Amino acid sequence: MSAANFNNTNASALPWFERLDRIDRRWIFLLMFLAVSGPILWIGVTGKTLPEAPTLAARAVFQEIDQLPARSLVLISIDFDPTSAGELQPMATSLVRQCAAKNLRMVFIALWPLGSQVAQQTIQEVIRDDYPALKEGDDFVNMGFQAGNEAVMKLLLTDFAKAFPKDSRGEAASNIPILNSVKSVTDFPLLISVSAGYPGSKEWVQYVISAHNEKMNFVSGCTGVNAPQLYPYFPQQIAGLLGAIKGAAEYESMVNSSLAVEGVVTPPKYSQAQRRMGPQLVAHLFMVGLIIVGNINFFARKRRGAA
Amino acid sequence: MTRQGKTWLVIGAVFVTLLVVRGMIGQGLGRVYVKRTDVTVNMPDAVDMNTAAASSSTTTVAPTTSSNGKPLSWQEWKQVAPLAFAAAQKANPAQTEITLSWPRTIGLWLAAFFTLAIFSFLYADNSFYKIAESLVVGVSAAYWGVIGFWDTLVPKMFGALTPGLVKSMVQPSLVSPEPLQQISMALALILSVMMLWRLLPRGGWISAWPLAFIVGVTAGLKIVSHVESDLMAQTAVTMKPLVVRVTDASGATNMWDSWWASVANVLLVVGVICCLTYFFFSVQHKGVVGGAARVGIWYLMITFGAAFGFTVMGRIALLAARIEFLFDDWLWLIDPNHLRGL
Amino acid sequence: MKRIIPMWIAIIGGFAMMLSSFVPLAESAGEVFADIFNVVAAIAFVLGAGSLAKQHLEKLSRREAGWGYSVVTLGSFIVTLFIGMFKIGVHPNPNFPQAAYSGSNDAEGSAWSWIYEYMLTPLTSTMFALLAFFVASAAFRAFRAKNTEAILLLVTAFIMLLGRTFAGVVLTGWFPEWASGLRLENFSIYIMQVFNTAGNRAIMIGIALGVAATGLRILFGIDRSWLGGGEA
Repeated sequence: MSAANFNNTNASALPWFERLDRIDRRWIFLLMFLAVSGPILWIGVTGKTLPEAPTLAARAVFQEIDQLPARSLVLISIDFDPTSAGELQPMATSLVRQCAAKNLRMVFIALWPLGSQVAQQTIQEVIRDDYPALKEGDDFVNMGFQAGNEAVMKLLLTDFAKAFPKDSRGEAASNIPILNSVKSVTDFPLLISVSAGYPGSKEWVQYVISAHNEKMNFVSGCTGVNAPQLYPYFPQQIAGLLGAIKGAAEYESMVNSSLAVEGVVTPPKYSQAQRRMGPQLVAHLFMVGLIIVGNINFFARKRRGAA
Repeated sequence: MTRQGKTWLVIGAVFVTLLVVRGMIGQGLGRVYVKRTDVTVNMPDAVDMNTAAASSSTTTVAPTTSSNGKPLSWQEWKQVAPLAFAAAQKANPAQTEITLSWPRTIGLWLAAFFTLAIFSFLYADNSFYKIAESLVVGVSAAYWGVIGFWDTLVPKMFGALTPGLVKSMVQPSLVSPEPLQQISMALALILSVMMLWRLLPRGGWISAWPLAFIVGVTAGLKIVSHVESDLMAQTAVTMKPLVVRVTDASGATNMWDSWWASVANVLLVVGVICCLTYFFFSVQHKGVVGGAARVGIWYLMITFGAAFGFTVMGRIALLAARIEFLFDDWLWLIDPNHLRGL
Repeated sequence: MKRIIPMWIAIIGGFAMMLSSFVPLAESAGEVFADIFNVVAAIAFVLGAGSLAKQHLEKLSRREAGWGYSVVTLGSFIVTLFIGMFKIGVHPNPNFPQAAYSGSNDAEGSAWSWIYEYMLTPLTSTMFALLAFFVASAAFRAFRAKNTEAILLLVTAFIMLLGRTFAGVVLTGWFPEWASGLRLENFSIYIMQVFNTAGNRAIMIGIALGVAATGLRILFGIDRSWLGGGEA
């Protein structure tokens, strides 16, 4: 795209729809930037967020975790990297927070190479900062990343320690107390996957859950791109589903309300997704507006062409 | 200077001016503070090393010096909020526990530069963007290679084939491998060498063996999982009652809920059948089949429309996260996490 | 020989994995094969890194157009590789101080973490964020209500865009209870659970049949195109 496109010598002589059609796309980019940055500044200054009404799929995620007895084992698969953190990190944060508050024992694994580092940051942000009583090895452990995608899942079905032989501290799986009773992935009553694509929630359903649905439940948090592909699995194969930033905001609001203590302000780091729904609203309206204007333009051209 | 060059110069000058002005207002611009922790551990002697490896799960880190073995000390730096630095300074202006981290502050500014360099592509393709793009490729490739080496190859392959070396250098807690594990990892080593043969100028066909292994295993895994999960299970859950009766707590039928649930089931079953009809090309799409296929197309269009909506939602969330980084972490314009007490 | 042996490797590997799902006796064979597969998958990362270095070195030696960017790629590649392989700035694990490389690269304060935090994260996530702008531009120029199918696509997109934000509540939140299913926030979910589920389910069933057919063709040695060089 060249800057010369900006100016058309005869532009002012053209009908309005022709001029609109030739508009430099950089104006659209600029408007999109303003549509997103304006609400971020406004919410950043005022601290206000929009109310969220949780949908059935998001409520199911909350309930699946909530109904587990204390000290139950939960496997949390971090199947994303920083590219999708804008959508998925708020989900991961709130999921770990609910598990930690429920005193569930969490085992983190990663099927994405950078997932281990994301897990490490989430552990720091939630568990080490806000639940310091939880002990690594006894209450939670990060088993890191393993290459192999679905073959790792296959191995997890028969021998967990073989699939993930050590944790992020270099401790052998056989020496980690939290894994004492774990032989296979099906020993976890609940599997949580926060997933940005392949390998992720879809593969968990295909390679593990479909054959072992009666032994373990599965909930997923996924990106907007993946959500439509995962809906057919809900609720039979995926018991609860958080789709895109909206799902994250709904779930976040549920966890925040359930853990709210009178007189104590919920740390703002647990309202990240709810804050992001502000720019989301304005940007969606902008997109709708763009499509409408584009179509008015299209029909105006069509009418002129027909005439 | 070309017109585009002048435009870049003006944009750059305006931007730097705004940055300087912002830097002189209030708390200034992005900085990273860190808190120092002194760590001291005892280096066990040869006998202790074996003991430590055997009972490592009970070993605890004690920031103290013991009389046994040679002490090993270092400092660790954890990032803290600027608010913590302000509080520490207020309590004791001479404190050195919480300080400004230059490496991380430079990193923060570099991250902001990279973010802007990539955004600059929206205006026009340029050298900043190309440099950022080249960096992504170089860093990502090395990053993945290193992770593959340390996370999978070292504990699995080298741990089975050279356990002594791995125990002494990397993972003293390594469990001694079983013979079967050693054999399988020896096979893995052979396949790995054959695969890396691809990098050499001759004998490219050698890498076909590990490729064959990957293709075969993947096919074997996928056949079972797809048939079980996506063919059988998805067909089974489509067998739904077309008339649904929803009752309330008293057992009475809720007409509206029953209506919506029944319509949903009918639409779902009809939709799946019509879409499958559209995908079935062994029969000409004429008459009833053609009608069903057309309905199938409508369903697919709605599916794609929904996918579009969700995709837009996802992309905007990612953009919001980057703009938050610029406004919050870098420019300190907002403080949503109350890290600076704005 | 160059084609027969790979074909049999694929057949044995594939059938071992398939049988391990149904026959308990074959379970351990499946386990061994999966374990080997995981190591080979990790080697693929190393191969990818090696291929990239090789490609850019060739570009550099031939002084091809844009070779300066290859210097940046190679430079960042070598520095990252050096930092990661030698765990620069990583202290030993306090539990195992006797092992020089026992510390984790992911530890806060390491050079590796610095690269992750200040290079990889901003670079990759901003690249993904760019798509928001291009989606907007494409929607303005290409999203036209030309026919029934396009109208369906467009209307659904509208419902999703409005229904999945607070706009849906503002616009249709006043609908009476009996029509609550038509409120945008509810209707968007209805679309996901009915129309989207039907469409995607049909696609999934189609893909599953395709995967099964292709997989079986490979495992029975009928499809050898993946070996390259035409039919054997």
